[in-house]
Amino acid sequence: MQTEFESQRRAASRKAGLRKALTYLGLSVWAVVVLFPFYWMVLTSLKSYGAYNSEHTPQFFTLSPTLENYREAFTAVPLGGYLLNTLIFSLITTAAMVVVSTLAAYAFARLEFRGKNLLFGAFLSLMMIPSELVVITNYVTITNLDLRNTFTGLILPSITSIFYIYLLKESFEQVPDELYRAAKVDGTSDLKYLWKVMIPICRPTIVTVTILKLIECWNSYVWPRLVTDDQAYFLVSNGIQQIREEGFGRENIPAMMAAVVVISVPLVALFLAFRSKIMEGASRGGIKG
Amino acid sequence: MNIQLQELTKRFPARGRKAQGEVTAVQDLTFEVPDGMLVGLLGPSGCGKSTTLNMICGLETPTAGKILFGGEDVTNLPPELRGVGMVFQNYALYPHLTVLQNITFPLENLKGAQKLTKAEMRRRALEAAALVQIEELLDRKPKELSGGQQQRVAIARALVKMPKVLLLDEPLSNLDARLRLQTREEICKIQKKTGITTLFVTHDQEEAMSISDRIVVMKDGLLMQEGAPQQVYDNPANLFVAKFLGTPPINVFEGEVRGGRLLLAGQDVLPVPGAPDGSVWCGIRPEGFTPDPAGPVVCGLSRVEVLGRDVSIVCTHPAGTADTLRAIVNARSDVTSADGTVRFALHPDKVFLFDRSTETRIRFGTQG
Amino acid sequence: MNRNSHKAWLYLLPSLVLLGAFLVYPLIDVLIYSVEEGFNFASQTYLGVGLYNYSYVLHDPYFLQAVENTFVLVIITVPISTGLALLISAGLSSIKPLRKLYQTVYFLPYVTNTLAVGLVFMVLFQKTEYTDGLVNLMLAWFGAGPIDFINGPHWAKMFVLCFYTIWVVMPFKILVLTGALASVNPDYYKAARVDGTSRRRIFFRITLPLISPMIVYLVITGFIGAFKAYSDAVALFGTDLNAAGMNTIVGYVYDMLYGDSGGYPSYASAAAIILFVIVLTITCINLLVTRRQLQR
Repeated sequence: MQTEFESQRRAASRKAGLRKALTYLGLSVWAVVVLFPFYWMVLTSLKSYGAYNSEHTPQFFTLSPTLENYREAFTAVPLGGYLLNTLIFSLITTAAMVVVSTLAAYAFARLEFRGKNLLFGAFLSLMMIPSELVVITNYVTITNLDLRNTFTGLILPSITSIFYIYLLKESFEQVPDELYRAAKVDGTSDLKYLWKVMIPICRPTIVTVTILKLIECWNSYVWPRLVTDDQAYFLVSNGIQQIREEGFGRENIPAMMAAVVVISVPLVALFLAFRSKIMEGASRGGIKG
Repeated sequence: MNIQLQELTKRFPARGRKAQGEVTAVQDLTFEVPDGMLVGLLGPSGCGKSTTLNMICGLETPTAGKILFGGEDVTNLPPELRGVGMVFQNYALYPHLTVLQNITFPLENLKGAQKLTKAEMRRRALEAAALVQIEELLDRKPKELSGGQQQRVAIARALVKMPKVLLLDEPLSNLDARLRLQTREEICKIQKKTGITTLFVTHDQEEAMSISDRIVVMKDGLLMQEGAPQQVYDNPANLFVAKFLGTPPINVFEGEVRGGRLLLAGQDVLPVPGAPDGSVWCGIRPEGFTPDPAGPVVCGLSRVEVLGRDVSIVCTHPAGTADTLRAIVNARSDVTSADGTVRFALHPDKVFLFDRSTETRIRFGTQG
Repeated sequence: MNRNSHKAWLYLLPSLVLLGAFLVYPLIDVLIYSVEEGFNFASQTYLGVGLYNYSYVLHDPYFLQAVENTFVLVIITVPISTGLALLISAGLSSIKPLRKLYQTVYFLPYVTNTLAVGLVFMVLFQKTEYTDGLVNLMLAWFGAGPIDFINGPHWAKMFVLCFYTIWVVMPFKILVLTGALASVNPDYYKAARVDGTSRRRIFFRITLPLISPMIVYLVITGFIGAFKAYSDAVALFGTDLNAAGMNTIVGYVYDMLYGDSGGYPSYASAAAIILFVIVLTITCINLLVTRRQLQR
């Protein structure tokens, strides 16, 4: 009896060990699939044009890394300009979004007015509307207002995001009512209360929302593509598409990869710095997926 | 079938970023759950009682020591080969399955020769349901049941495999006070009806005392005392057990033994023959006080709380370690006092002395 | 109270103006556009009202190609990505050391620029005069011939598109599923182990039903997301998707609006509304089916 159990137990622990090994193997395979494109873009960006094109069989590493492609990326195409445009666009859009959404969320969370629930319900149902449906008219509107190839045209339709209003409202509602009543008794104005109490308390959510919006802006492609056809107003996504189609000539892959690296680095850095915030925010309702 | 634990020890690697070494959850624990008895494993939270339970059912492997079921070593057996039924603190009823499906679930796991037919499973499940009187709830989902009903379903699920041992982890802690009384009687009844060896874990001493045949008191992973509830109450092995058992709790004084006499705040209150001289902790159960105008213990009277059959006298004493002490006396006793004091005589069986540093019991006179 | 009410509307004003101008008005407008026949963008005039735009779109071979591509993409990527994410999440939740590291790595595609990393995929899969590319090198190890995944046969292009789409959507799914798995009360697993439940049975009878709401959520959002696929295709095959035969419904909408065949907002609107109706229908079917299954 005892030995039978013993052998059963040993078989079980062997099986558990095997399972663990297989789990790690499988997870590592996917990790490689995820990381490999990043590795390849960095690697390729460090290979010289000549070296890359003479490799009929791709090499998995390079012994003579060069930064020449990065110089090329910034000089042959206006990559610096694209980056600057994207930065301006992202910062202004995000800042405007945070202000507008905070005000709206505050109204929904704290203020009383007739039709509040109805309006909020309407907001939520608007969240279901796919952007593809409205982009057509927005394109026409912006064109008719003569705002194509301007930052205003890029930014205005990108500001509102009901999802972020919703996230902020939820967060604001966590702040106890007593604080608001106490502030009112002290004669604090709503705006001051919002600025001095609500925002500091809800800072984590505001930070999350800000970062998510920044990422969204940095990656936006469809709208910028529609309203800009002047290179001077291209964002990175459009820039990279431009580069792909006519930039360095289709053959200069290393320079292209250098541009890709330059575009990706800010995002990856942002992600590594705010990893948990981004993941937590993303899990509550993704942008992609 | 009895359960024996022999010098059972469990150490966990320390948690946390900077933590090093190990945390000992259970240390050299030895006790026995006799066949067919209901035993309460009692202690404050974090004392290692849940770890002990998990080791007995096989969810955790001991670092050292042995677990024997009916004399057979099961220390390293996986849970399913031990023949244990377990009821979890929050019942762990699968929310997506009906009551009947929940009860049948363990049976569906049986393999090989033990495999049952559908009809047989249903018969066994109905039997278990009948035992805990939930036949009319079989098609409900757990969330449609009250806490007490969920508890019964969990017990039925634990019993359906006809285990040799039933383990209950804090079975009453999720119930409100009224249900708790009712359910603990229920558990006691089911245990008596089935005669299954049962061990349950609780932090509530009243719960443990009221239904257990025996109790085992633990603290910081160590066994403090085991025995029949009354025996442990009447004869605590150390200050911890004395303080842990009993409501209202025991009154503790800083006392001194000199020449076979117990002194409280310099006052000679009780002869304690055989106790060695020195400083002691003196524990006196609330029922150990008798109002006596000539009694040796003089207390400042704070208030009298009427409980009906008894009264509770709340008073102060200079040697008391708590702000107030409490005496439970017969309602007919006269405790009125002119000068705001009340005097008590002591019942020697209700007075316990403990070593000041080791806190172990010092027996005197006929105690023992 | 009344003053308060005014103040609330004041706080809401910026959002309301922006939403009205760029979400509500366009929503109504797009319906109008879609029924205005022969709309001329330059003169802003139209010939009449009717369903011709819909009929035109539904008979446009490019649109039909786009619909086919989109459906293939949806049918392939949604089940595979959800299943794979489930597998990976289950693996992740069964390990302790390195779990954080894996989670971080797996999340990376979420924060990358779809267009930019798409280029890398193009490079990996492309076959040019100079080189067969890395993927073909790997295929050669297994004795398979070089295939141009970017400019070659349709199925190869579809494969790359599906592969890239899955790569892009995995982080969100893994994130949601690991969260769902972590929220399962460990007592259920303990109870199952005491009863000697096998791992497979625990997974299928306990874990899966308990996290099924999250899986439903992922499948629905996955369907919606895949139906709206566009930028992944652009990243891999360039902006002229019709020429590559890889257009998607959303791509068709944008092409109609602006691009090579551009300047037909009426057709674009009709196509967008058809897309919306498809997505809505499939979402409803999804919900109905899962609700019925959950009830059983």
